[in-house]
Amino acid sequence: MTSLYDELGGAVAIDAAVDIFYRKVMADDLLAPFFDDVDMERQAAKQKAFLTMVTGGPAHYTGRDMRRAHAHLVAEGIGDAHFDAVVGHLAGTLKELGVSDDKIARVGALAESVRNDVLNRDPAV
Amino acid sequence: MTGRIRRGNLDLVLEPGETALEGLLRGGAAVPSSCRAGACQACMLRAVSGDPGSLAQQGLAPALREQGWFLPCMSRPTGELVIQEGPPPAIAASIAEVTEIGPAIVRVRLEPDEELSYRPGQYVQLIQGDQVRAYSLASSPAEGRALELHVRVHRQGRMSRWLAAAAPGTRVGLRGPAGACFYTEGRPEQPLLLVGTGTGLAPLRGIAHDARRRGHTGPIALIHGARDPAGFYLVDELKGMVDGSGNFRYVQCAMSGEPSEGLEIGDLTQVTLRLFPSLKGWRVFLCGSPDRVNALKKQCFLRGAGLKDISADAFLTAEMPPPPLRTPANRTA
Ligand SMILES: Cc1cc2nc3c(=O)[nH]c(=O)nc-3n(C[C@H](O)[C@H](O)[C@H](O)COP(=O)(O)OP(=O)(O)OC[C@H]3O[C@@H](n4cnc5c(N)ncnc54)[C@H](O)[C@@H]3O)c2cc1C
Ligand code: FES
Repeated sequence: MTSLYDELGGAVAIDAAVDIFYRKVMADDLLAPFFDDVDMERQAAKQKAFLTMVTGGPAHYTGRDMRRAHAHLVAEGIGDAHFDAVVGHLAGTLKELGVSDDKIARVGALAESVRNDVLNRDPAV
Repeated sequence: MTGRIRRGNLDLVLEPGETALEGLLRGGAAVPSSCRAGACQACMLRAVSGDPGSLAQQGLAPALREQGWFLPCMSRPTGELVIQEGPPPAIAASIAEVTEIGPAIVRVRLEPDEELSYRPGQYVQLIQGDQVRAYSLASSPAEGRALELHVRVHRQGRMSRWLAAAAPGTRVGLRGPAGACFYTEGRPEQPLLLVGTGTGLAPLRGIAHDARRRGHTGPIALIHGARDPAGFYLVDELKGMVDGSGNFRYVQCAMSGEPSEGLEIGDLTQVTLRLFPSLKGWRVFLCGSPDRVNALKKQCFLRGAGLKDISADAFLTAEMPPPPLRTPANRTA
């Protein structure tokens, strides 16, 4: 099965998606404090990696990477509400790009699979 | 693993969190620096072995990266880093003319011994004695070999005060060019927004002329920010670029004073967003005060400009006060 990443058009399309997604996140008062980085390119690179992964593109993440990358955010207080908001903006971004609902659901499921890693919880919880 | 740096006779183990630059200075090495944030490239050195880290090579030209050049102020090596002695290669130049063009702002014309290949808006490192500072290029190679800089004279500034007083014929060193703040061809109809504070006008002047010279057909808007209306310079030249076509717009923005035709009063970011509420599809250039540049970059992005369509040069200066130099204490592992 070709990945949504390839269907969207690979890296170029992901760049466009990053702009839309990042803008939504920055405009969200709940999330903005965690994503407000003076180095916007660095922040965008992280989001690109995230979008690449959840659309099934060539990402090289392990659960451990995910945990390490988000540990400081967890310490600062991110939780399920933030995760849900991010997934919501992800869906909104894909919708804007004309992605069908069933594919958006597939991406949602992929994102869901890293929830525990991002929030640094045991899978059993 | 802790980082360890070696350079000539120097061999020292870095303390946790210490940058290679801090380590070198602690060890008594004479390494120039200014911004200590990876923006000016004043501290550039060459690693002959070991990994300085990707952050320490950000913004360097690919050819420099491949040869191992890196920015020690951004390097926190985790292994052994062997650093070449001696500074990066530079070309020599003569100061041809220093002219006051605004309040505490001088235009410095330089005649490099060799022609410098650059794009207007990029910056060079100026070398004088043991000081190195970044200055943006307001000139264009199309105007000849001479380089034009606009330098704000800081009250305690070592380089800027020296430049303001330099006699014609004085020799300096030059490195560069560096930076991605320049006009790129390919979309002649794309609207351009150029916003700068103080001498942030230097690269914007270069970019505006360059865009026109390269046949840009879309609208170009230039907003110059200053503390008060007395702070604007190059006014006649910029007003002269406004022609009947309405394709070039020049706006002044001061924090205080009486508003008038072409002069807005208020916060630069607020004024910019009021005049340009939607920036979808625009190419944006932002130069000058780091606070203004960072605020504008975020807001321009939120108003629709693509991140890749925003080029920004924050004129980061050295911190006040300069960090104290600890006594040389070479430590061997
Ligand atoms: C990419 C880039 C491009 C640049 N382009 C330009 C340019 O085109 N034109 C230009 O004028 N500058 C430009 N700068 C800034 C320039 O590189 C120097 O930092 C600046 O000229 C000050 O150098 P100095 O030697 O005079 O001051 P320093 O001797 O380095 O500073 C002396 C002391 O003054 C303090 N100081 C410096 N600036 C200020 C300030 N604004 N307010 C209060 N205190 C201050 C410092 O903290 C320090 O303690 C650029 C910087 C960068 C990173
Ligand atoms: S880049 Fe290292 S001091 Fe400016």
